This record gives sequence, C-alpha cells and structure tokens, in this order.
Amino acid sequence: MFLNSIALSPERIQRLQEIASTSIGPLIEGAIKFTIPLAIITFIIGLIIAIFTALARISSSKILRGIARVYVSIIRGTPLLVQLFIIFYGLPTIGVVIDPFPSAVIGFSLNVGAYASEIIRAAILSIPKGQWEAAYSIGMNYSQALRKIVLPQAARVSVPPLSNSFIGLVKDTSLAATILVAETFRRAQEIASMNYEFLFVYTMAALVYWVICFILSIIQGRIEGRLDRFVGKSGGLS
Amino acid sequence: MISIQGLRKSFGSMEVIKNVDLDIEQGKVVVIIGPSGSGKSTLLRCLNVLETPNGGIISIDDQQLDFNKSVSKKAIGAFRQLTGMVFQGYNLFPHLTAMGNVTEGLTTVKGQSKKEAEKTAGQLLAKVGLADHKEKYPYQLSGGQEQRVAIARALAMDPKVMLFDEPTSALDPELVNEVLRVMKDLAHEGMTMAVVTHEMRFAQEVADEVIFIDGGVIVERGAPADIFNNPQHERTKKFLSLLQ
Ligand SMILES: Nc1ncnc2c1ncn2[C@@H]1O[C@H](COP(=O)(O)OP(=O)(O)OP(=O)(O)O)[C@@H](O)[C@H]1O
Ligand SMILES: [Mg+2]
Repeated sequence: MFLNSIALSPERIQRLQEIASTSIGPLIEGAIKFTIPLAIITFIIGLIIAIFTALARISSSKILRGIARVYVSIIRGTPLLVQLFIIFYGLPTIGVVIDPFPSAVIGFSLNVGAYASEIIRAAILSIPKGQWEAAYSIGMNYSQALRKIVLPQAARVSVPPLSNSFIGLVKDTSLAATILVAETFRRAQEIASMNYEFLFVYTMAALVYWVICFILSIIQGRIEGRLDRFVGKSGGLS
Repeated sequence: MISIQGLRKSFGSMEVIKNVDLDIEQGKVVVIIGPSGSGKSTLLRCLNVLETPNGGIISIDDQQLDFNKSVSKKAIGAFRQLTGMVFQGYNLFPHLTAMGNVTEGLTTVKGQSKKEAEKTAGQLLAKVGLADHKEKYPYQLSGGQEQRVAIARALAMDPKVMLFDEPTSALDPELVNEVLRVMKDLAHEGMTMAVVTHEMRFAQEVADEVIFIDGGVIVERGAPADIFNNPQHERTKKFLSLLQ
C-alpha cells in the first residue's frame, strides 16, 4: 500500500531519523522552558484566584457573589483562544502591551481560576454542615473553621478533579503558540514549516505532551493515595 | 450558673422555642425530654449560639448575650467558649487524629503551644478511656470511642457547661454505656450539664432535674422521680407512656 511504501523506503527512514534527532532537542527545550513553567505558574496563581472566587461565591455578600459569578460566567462562556488574542493582540491597541509569556500567564491563570473555583466551591459545599458547627462549637470563627477544618477536607475532595484540570492545562498551554510563546507546539510548527514533515513532527510534539501527562497521572495517583489515608474506606469522600 | 430568660426562636414563620425561661445552677445536671420536633435540639443549639435566637437573654456566670438587641459575632464567639457541645453524630474532624481533634481548639482558639495542648489533650483522652487511641483517626474508632473523643474535644475548651444532644442515639446498644459512664463521671465531678436523651435510666440516676418540653414550651419540670412516677400534665403522661 501507499503508506507501507513510504514507511519502507530506506532513504525516508533515514531522513526521519535525522529530523527526529535534530528536533527532539528544541521540542523538549520548549517543554522545559515554557510548557511546564507556564502550566505550573498559571496553576498556582489560578488556584489562589479560584479559592477566593469560591469563597466569594458562597459568601453572604451579594456584591461579592455577583462579581464572582460574572467573572466565572465570562471566562467559561468565551473561548480561551479568544481570551488570549484579546490580551496579546487586542490590548496593545489601547496602549497596553504585554509580552507573550506574561500574556499567556494572565490568560491561563484567569481560566484556571474560573474553572477551579467551581471545583473548590463544590468541594467546600460537600463538607457536612456538622463540621462547621463542631468548629464553631469549640469557639472558632469563620476563617479559623475554614482554614483548619473545612479547607483541608475540601482539598482532599478536590484533588482528583484538580489534577485532571492540571493535566488539561498542560495540553491547553499549546494554545500559547498562537501568541508567540516558544513552547513545545510552536517549536514543532517552526520545525515542520522548514521540512514539511507535518505528520511526523506534530506526532513528536504530541509524544512530548503525552510523556508529561503520563508522569503527571502517576504523581496524581500517589497524592490521592496519600490523602486517602485519612479517610480509610469508610470516608466515602473520594 | 446559667440563666435563660424569654428565649424565642423561629424558623421562618414557625415558632420552635416559645418564650422559654430556664435556670441551671452550678454543678447541676438537667435532662431534657420531649417528643420529636418539640425543640430540644434547638434549645441546646441556642445555648451554643449555633442558632441565633430571635429574642431572649442568655447568661452564663457573669457573661450575657441579649438577643433582644443585636449581638456581635465576636461576642458570640467568646460566649460559645463557655459551652461545650456534644452532637448526636459526633462530628469529629476526620482529617485529624483523636489527639488532633482535642488539641485543635487549644492551639487555634486558645493559642496554646502544640506541646501544652498535647499535654492537656493527653490527660483528657485518658480520662475518657482512650489513652491508647490517641493517634487513631476517627474512621479507625468505634462510635462509642468517637463520641468519647468528641466529649474530650469539648472539655478541652474548659467550658462552664456541657451540652449533650442525644449523645448515644446513634450508637449500637452495646456502646451506649461506655459513653454514659463518661458522662456520669463528669456529673459526679460537678460539671454543669444539659442533656437531651432518651436514656431514662441515665436521667433517673444522674439528673437533678428533668424538663419535659413540647411544642417549644416547658410543660413540666421537676425531680426525676416526680416526673417519671407522678407526672402532672396529660402531655407528659402521654409521652412517658409511649416510651414504655
Ligand atoms: N434549620 C432549621 N430550619 C427549619 N426548621 C428547623 C431547623 N431546625 C429545626 N427545625 C424545626 O424546628 C422544630 C424543632 O426541631 P428540633 O430539632 O429542635 O426538635 P427536637 O426536639 O430536637 O427533635 P428530635 O427529637 O427529632 O431531635 C422541628 O419542627 C424542626 O423541623
Ligand atoms: Mg434533636
């Protein structure tokens, strides 16, 4: 068959081997210098935004609830790609010029903040009312009950969905290619545009993402195992 | 001494506690009985201010909350520390060990060092018979053990009065006595206690006074022997006859 004849041609195999050995370096460099740092930095900032957004959404203040709801609604209701374009290509037209990497950090953090806030909100609400009451009954105030009793339990509940979000985020960072961040996928685009081996080079890029996500899923399993220690089998939280 | 005057609590348009007056003297044990939905839990929860009363004055020793006026969160927080609450469902903190459950209030609320707190907690856990279970998590304990940790947790805050809301109702019958035993010991040590329970033997043996409440009002009160053997009101008679 056609595909077979391509695969079997010795010259072609040699050419692909060369491309593989020259492009794997830049791809991994893109991952280490941009993809992974972008994912980690935005996830941390995003989580902080998410916790405050979640607290605002369950607070008794109508104004805070309103602000949080509008924020979540806008971020979730518009495409991430469009948000990135607004920040990087749109804001300069009103004089706000932000470099590619910081633009990506802003865009992705706002995104993580909105999506993760829903996870955290659900986790906080899943903690039985009796836990708050027990905390209050020994004299804790709202913030003590939240920090010492509710959030530690909510954290455990939200680890599985949050690790899924993180893995999703690693893949989403490839969108930063469109705003000129020299991350893995942008490197792949550059390499492929020179040698026209689109299938091969993009598959290599895919492999790089897959390896990262595979490692992350192993770490995820470890963390969940550690957290399960507190609940045992009867906890029913995971 | 605890004094409750004109306590009122409504949920929406439903009045659950209707103008209740009640004094509990220092060191006395009051057992509260009454049909389901009569407001027993709500009364205790008002004393712990887990429910904010719509009106009335509650005082414990020289501290007072006047719910006929507006009451600050801070005042409520301080007042709560005067009462220890034990819940029907234990409500232990599942992410903390028995030790952690007892020390948490001491370190977080009272600002004690971990070491100080662990010393107090160790003594209290020994007192409720759990010296060997300090490092266990709630899921590793039986219901009776969990409830005893909960009692130690409440005692750690050094409350003036202990409130028990059906502390043994969720327990298997063979575990009830170990919890009642701890409560009896507390009573004998002179702890002031308000106990909602269906354990009539406990009431007869330990209570200084039994209060029968129905429909949010105190229908009848008196020494256990009088209430159980010689109830004056029809509603009390009917309730007690249903228990037999
Ligand atoms: N948070 C709440 N919101 C609305 N209604 C409530 C609330 N808490 C209690 N009630 C109602 O108030 C009434 C008194 O409830 P309470 O729990 O004090 O009764 P109880 O005497 O403890 O009953 P039980 O023996 O079943 O525990 C009930 O009709 C109950 O449905
Ligand atoms: Mg009740």
